[in-house]
Amino acid sequence: MELTTVWFALIAVLWTGYFVLEGFDFGVGVLLPFLARGEADRRAAVGTIGPVWDGNEVWLLVAGGATFAAFPEWYATLFSGFYLPLFLILLALIARGVALEYRGKSDGTRGWDRAFFWGSLVPALLWGVAFANIVRGVPLDAGHEYTGTLLTLLNPVALLGGAATLLLFTLHGAVFLALRTVSDLRRRAIRAARVLAPVALVVVTAFLVLIRSGALSWVAVAVAVAGLLGTVAATAAGRDGWAFAASAAGIAAFTATLFTSLWPDVMPALDPANSLTVANAASSPYTLTVMTWVAAVCTPVVLAYQAWTYWVFRRRLTGEPPRAALH
Amino acid sequence: MDVLDLSRWQFGITTVYHFLFVPLTIGLSAVVAGLQTAWHRTGRQEYLRLTRFWGRLFLINFAMGVVTGIVQEFQFGMNWSAYSRFVGDVFGAPLAMEGLVAFFLESTFLGLWIFGWDRLPKRVHLATIWLAAVGTTLSAYFILAANSWMQHPVGYRIHDGRAELTDIWAVLTNSTTLVTFPHVLFGAFLTVGAFVLGISAWFLLRGRDVDLFRRSARLALVVSLAAGIGVAVSGHWQAQIMTRQQPMKMAAAEALWEDETSAGFSLFAVGDVENGRNHVNLQIPYGLSLLSTDTPHGRVEGINDIQARYQALYGPGDYRPVVGLAYWSFRLMIGFGALSALLALAGLWLTRRGRVPAGRWAHRAAIAGIGLPFLANSLGWIFTEMGRQPWTVFGVMRTSAAVSPGADVTSVAITLAGFTLVYAVLAAIEVRLLLKFIRIGPHEPEADAEPAAPALAY
Ligand code: HDD
Ligand code: HEM
Ligand code: HEM
Repeated sequence: MELTTVWFALIAVLWTGYFVLEGFDFGVGVLLPFLARGEADRRAAVGTIGPVWDGNEVWLLVAGGATFAAFPEWYATLFSGFYLPLFLILLALIARGVALEYRGKSDGTRGWDRAFFWGSLVPALLWGVAFANIVRGVPLDAGHEYTGTLLTLLNPVALLGGAATLLLFTLHGAVFLALRTVSDLRRRAIRAARVLAPVALVVVTAFLVLIRSGALSWVAVAVAVAGLLGTVAATAAGRDGWAFAASAAGIAAFTATLFTSLWPDVMPALDPANSLTVANAASSPYTLTVMTWVAAVCTPVVLAYQAWTYWVFRRRLTGEPPRAALH
Repeated sequence: MDVLDLSRWQFGITTVYHFLFVPLTIGLSAVVAGLQTAWHRTGRQEYLRLTRFWGRLFLINFAMGVVTGIVQEFQFGMNWSAYSRFVGDVFGAPLAMEGLVAFFLESTFLGLWIFGWDRLPKRVHLATIWLAAVGTTLSAYFILAANSWMQHPVGYRIHDGRAELTDIWAVLTNSTTLVTFPHVLFGAFLTVGAFVLGISAWFLLRGRDVDLFRRSARLALVVSLAAGIGVAVSGHWQAQIMTRQQPMKMAAAEALWEDETSAGFSLFAVGDVENGRNHVNLQIPYGLSLLSTDTPHGRVEGINDIQARYQALYGPGDYRPVVGLAYWSFRLMIGFGALSALLALAGLWLTRRGRVPAGRWAHRAAIAGIGLPFLANSLGWIFTEMGRQPWTVFGVMRTSAAVSPGADVTSVAITLAGFTLVYAVLAAIEVRLLLKFIRIGPHEPEADAEPAAPALAY
């Protein structure tokens, strides 16, 4: 395989990791005001992601860094073109990170919980808007600079994409909370998942069918639909673990649909002559070779210790006094 | 103001702000790891209390470092897209390595440390804080390698209108990186020394936990003095390398207008940039030649001569940075740092053989001294970055060519105002939280959420 394709795939993997992992972080934030009654619940809900949220966010930072190293043209066009939406995402991530770290140390938690909610909702929505535009194509000039405006990005399909990611991540957060908490909080999370799963199924399927292209993407769409159907079935059957696995698979396949539809472009232009492709956006073969070695050595190590973290924190959390096993 | 000016302000503000938290994170992570190791070795309860106390302040600071760092990662694409296109092949590599090697390490193991107190075996738990500390240092190394390439580009060629990497090893072992890295680390330890000292003095003034904080203060004094010496020695190496690699920066830092042998080190100058000369210049004879060439009669280049040479080399243009700014930021970096180290020296003298300084002024000075290394760090970066102007990549790409061509004034103004406002609010919140936990002191506060993580149940 060409190294450019390897790096395209690796960046797809990084975004997949980001969406699967930070997806449930976002979901927990969006659901917090609806599911948690009282400080004990809220503390338990936030506690489920406390040890891992920063590690999850690094997937985004590495996706950004890897894009800079492997496809500088893509990095430059994407982040200068999507300037204001990215600014909103950054502000949201700032608010949310500070809220997560400071809520337990402050006297009042209301303001922080509000920051956590909005800081989760905004990126969960805007990543969908951004990727819908990336896959469909945006106006680029011959120098690969974005020539549209903010309104260009807010087209109906993109908004549908935003709704799709928001629903997906919220659902993912609900099944995650069901898996990691006990008693009333868990029951409310399961109920939320049962309501959200069918809606997410419809919206996500509509969106994916609308924007997909290329034969391979049909496979990804099929897996995404299967994952969401699995989530519906597993939540109905009360199988928390399976529901989480299915929604994780759904998000992974969702991301795979985006990237298989893109390839061999990385950022199609409305005028195809100006499109950024894996070939014309890439770094030199030498840089790609160096980075391939670095990634080949580091990625397994990172995966191993992050997996270990989830193993260490596998137990269910409750904000109430410890009680007997509930399984 | 045009897009270029606004983008420069934005980059300067967000990065200097980020770097307020960075040195304290680097220093405190090592201090906390050291204290926990002491607890592990001796089993003495006071080390555990100190670990938790400084650990809490470390986490409050770390959170700010993280959220301001996210902005850094995307700024190059947002405001400097022409730069990113041109150098991404070289510059992206250390940035991606920083993420893969350092950010994953520090964020994952810090999460394990915070929530792992009652979940991990003691030895493993100790290892997590050390791994997080190693992560912060690795992060500094890679980002400084990236930054040093802008100061002194190596291991690349220009091909198809962009810079392409030809030798990653040359980039990672750039002579500039190898001297910048220790300088920044020593600066971080000077910062944490002053921080620990000042807070310890606050407790001693109030007569709280006197034994505990007398020990902290002595330790901080030693760290500060050692770091003060380290920062001066590494700064000296940096100055020598800089004189060779970026003579204009050194000339501006010294307000040296003509090439000179036996050049003096300027202490106070009033310059006339228009006509390229000084009205007043108070000097230490031979000082500059000694500092930058190791011999009293070494030749140092001056601004006017370099300007003429650069015009011949790079074409017409003004190759001078803002001389007054370079001059004063360089002096004040050294001055504030030296003051901080002198404070440590005086403190060691006053507390020699278990003595306690008479009166309250010594403690007050230690508290006021917390700010000195922060000022020195910020001024160091302002000097390094603005002294490089008009270049973004020295000798290769000008700042005016680096800015995003598509950016409009309104958008950049909105984001500049937005970031600045949010940062100001966050600064106020962070300081209030720090003060709150300093007041609580090294006792377990009741409503503290960690390390007492939420109760557990299967
Ligand atoms: C990896 C690259 C890199 C790194 C590690 C740093 N910088 Fe830098 N700096 C740049 C890359 C850069 C830049 C993108 O190239 C800028 C924008 C305009 C310019 O000429 O250089 C810049 C400009 C710039 C300016 C404004 C200069 C001007 O426009 O006149 C300041 C004050 C700083 N930086 C400060 C810092 C600080 C405090 C850093 C430490 C955290 C820092 N820089 C690290
Ligand atoms: C302009 C260039 C820079 C970029 C792109 C950048 C990027 C980042 C990012 C994305 C983070 C957050 C990581 C996380 O979530 O854990 C971060 C944190 C950090 N950065 Fe920077 N940074 C820059 C400058 C620097 C410099 C020059 C240093 C050191 C000398 C540094 C040292 C650190 C450290 C130690 C942390 C982790 C601890 C903390 O957040 O306080 N950074 N940086
Ligand atoms: C005798 C004392 C010092 C000398 C001779 C010195 C020298 C230097 C020089 C020459 C540079 C510019 C390097 C370049 O642009 O290539 C620099 C940068 C810097 N200095 Fe210092 N310095 C001293 C003290 C300090 C102190 C006390 C601090 C902070 C506590 C500090 C923090 C910095 C920082 C953060 C930078 C920017 C990063 C870098 O390029 O290393 N310096 N210093």
